[in-house]
Amino acid sequence: MDLRFTAAEQAFREELRAWLATTVPAVGPPPAHDDWPARRAYDLAWQRRLFDAGYAGVDWPVEGGGRGSSPVEQLVFKEECERAGAPYVGVNFVGLLHAGPTIIAEGSPSQRERYLPPILRGEEVWCQGFSEPDAGSDLASLRTRAVRDGDDYVVNGSKIWTSHAEVADFCELLVRTGGEGNRGISWLIVPMSSPGIEIRPLRTIEGTTEFAQLFLNDVRVPVANRVGEENDGWRVTMVTLSFERGTAFVGELLEAVRLLGELQAFGTRLDLFTGHPALLERIGHLRAAFDALWALTKRNVSEATQTGVPGIGGSVFKLAFSEHAQALGNLAMEMLAQASLCADPLHGPHGPLGNAEQVHNWYKSINLTIAAGTSQVQRNIVAERILGLPRAR
Amino acid sequence: MDFRVDEAQRELAGGIRSMLEGRLPLERIRSSEGAPRTVGADDWAALGETGVFALTLPEPAGTGLGLADAAVVFEELGRSLVPGPLVGTFLAAARDLVPGAAAGRAMVGVCAGRGGPPWMLEHLSSLDAALCPGDLPSGGPTLLSAVRDAPTAQRVAEPLDPLTPLWQLTRLPAAQPLEDPEWRLFSDGAVLTAALQVGHAARTLELAVAYAKERHQFSKPIGSFQAVKHLCADMLVRAEVARAAVHAAACLADAPDVLAAEATTAGSTPAAFLRRSAAGAKLLADEAAIANARAAIQVHGGMGYTWEVPLHLHLKRSHVLATSFGAKGELAALLGSLPAGARAEP
Ligand SMILES: Cc1cc2nc3c(=O)[nH]c(=O)nc-3n(C[C@H](O)[C@H](O)[C@H](O)COP(=O)(O)OP(=O)(O)OC[C@H]3O[C@@H](n4cnc5c(N)ncnc54)[C@H](O)[C@@H]3O)c2cc1C
Repeated sequence: MDLRFTAAEQAFREELRAWLATTVPAVGPPPAHDDWPARRAYDLAWQRRLFDAGYAGVDWPVEGGGRGSSPVEQLVFKEECERAGAPYVGVNFVGLLHAGPTIIAEGSPSQRERYLPPILRGEEVWCQGFSEPDAGSDLASLRTRAVRDGDDYVVNGSKIWTSHAEVADFCELLVRTGGEGNRGISWLIVPMSSPGIEIRPLRTIEGTTEFAQLFLNDVRVPVANRVGEENDGWRVTMVTLSFERGTAFVGELLEAVRLLGELQAFGTRLDLFTGHPALLERIGHLRAAFDALWALTKRNVSEATQTGVPGIGGSVFKLAFSEHAQALGNLAMEMLAQASLCADPLHGPHGPLGNAEQVHNWYKSINLTIAAGTSQVQRNIVAERILGLPRAR
Repeated sequence: MDFRVDEAQRELAGGIRSMLEGRLPLERIRSSEGAPRTVGADDWAALGETGVFALTLPEPAGTGLGLADAAVVFEELGRSLVPGPLVGTFLAAARDLVPGAAAGRAMVGVCAGRGGPPWMLEHLSSLDAALCPGDLPSGGPTLLSAVRDAPTAQRVAEPLDPLTPLWQLTRLPAAQPLEDPEWRLFSDGAVLTAALQVGHAARTLELAVAYAKERHQFSKPIGSFQAVKHLCADMLVRAEVARAAVHAAACLADAPDVLAAEATTAGSTPAAFLRRSAAGAKLLADEAAIANARAAIQVHGGMGYTWEVPLHLHLKRSHVLATSFGAKGELAALLGSLPAGARAEP
């Protein structure tokens, strides 16, 4: 058990920190929350800078054009980026973290050559078309159908909650090519410009169109765009779900730590703690929880670096983090009191109140127990796969 | 960085577990329920011979290991419900404060030192001394040498934990101040107490899962009901998160260079950063131990409310441990009052 970074990990950190120190200040402020074309441009420009400096796909294997860094270095990368205030992965999320890694692992040589470099260079955006109106937690019951017609599949159906669909170039689409259940599913690369795709933006709680519903009407997708064998798409999908190897929410965790510090400073400035020790104790409790989750992250990436898989830590982390992040959001709303009633940046006699960021964070915290597998489903996974309790049904 | 529990630590834990299974099985421990002395001098000496109290002492007196190794061992002691002033004796041995502590020939208690009178002292009649980790009204940490002969001590008839005999004192005996500028007595004690708590949390999880697989209702194992599953899943989450926190604090205590670097990043000093890590680990481990014992009782239904099933012993011991080295409110307030430490400037 050792928290000491190796000389190589330390060297990587220092080199990266120096680069970020000169690069980040030159990046402008992020665009408005609901200006998706501007957000696309901003996120892609950052990805391009990473590419030019040799930091694109730190965690991608070398065969895929990445840096092939270990999960520990990947952790260092995320930690330094957050510390330096670098832009978040944003609309590049699916390309860098799902579609790209899937194509590296399961794609053909020509698919790798075509699709990987533009992701790394910050030229193409991907979205994830997995969930459907009638298939969420039970993803394997999906019904969007792909029927062979010559060298094409003809796809009909609907996808929902597709993040960044409006600004995406490609979609990683799960379709039914065979019978029921997880053995009849295939994984397709679908250009978002294909005729027959209708995108209907959905407004989130935040009021922005972060995600959309897709309607697919006789969309023709070349069979050559299938990744992996026909009806083997479920396995292909599972390959990527384990890709992040323990670092999936590191950016969010570090952001939560920063927001906690800001909330505490806000409380001190406004003298909210005097006579209200319970508020201070809630701050302290969250600090303990976030420190512990940082330690758990180190355990998970150590496991992943040594064994290739993050072990049991992923679901455990997600369950605990989403709960504490929601507690932070709730505490912020309480402490901000009436300043929590808008997401416009407010100023008090002591300067900015920081309410806008806390309110946005509160919104986002609400989806942490839903997106990427609800907490109930995570608990089922922990109980059945880790603790060995009998499966339902 | 490799923060996994390593091979040597797994072997160490395994060795302690089989020693305890042989020497201090649950029936033997339970045979002294309610007695004024719940761990015999010979059993204590056996723990001393195994090296439990001398892990961090340099050889040949000890084994020259670190606090992280000690945390692994203390988790086993907690899991097995070993009674006695484990943490106080370890701390005194590591600092050579009380002769015989390292070898298990002396027992050193812990006195919370506040909240009195009356002050409550555990295992008093067996103690050779007691440590006050630093929150006495008189100031810094102290050692109470003649504690056993405290004139006002009165044994309580109904201690919460039948395996932790308890005395009340209206006056504390003379105290001798201890040098501890970096709060290490508190930090190390909090980490080891938290490690015991993780052991309790892990054990009650094990018991709950085993019962959920074997007990049937509605013609099914109760573990197939989602409400039961989710109780168990939450128990695992609490235990794993607390364990990571305990191990991180222990590793920081063992590695001054890493501690110094982390402290600088957080805009803190090494001593304060270690105290923060230890306090956080203690807070979460206390919660995990108590909440897991409660959840395990729930999973056991009426059986969980009986004296026979050992879950109440874990619950009660967890409450005992939660009162030393910082109670919940104190720890949370300490952590909440730290400098905000917002984004570090590059
Ligand atoms: C912000 C956000 C972004 C998203 N982005 C994408 C994306 O880009 N691409 C994509 O494909 N999907 C995306 N999703 C979808 C997400 O993966 C699903 O919302 C999630 O898997 C849950 O599915 P559902 O919404 O259909 O809820 P349901 O599955 O209908 O669940 C409803 C409720 O029932 C509970 N429930 C369901 N099954 C069980 C069970 N077996 N046991 C106990 N409780 C159960 C759930 O926990 C939940 O509380 C996104 C979601 C959000 C919130």
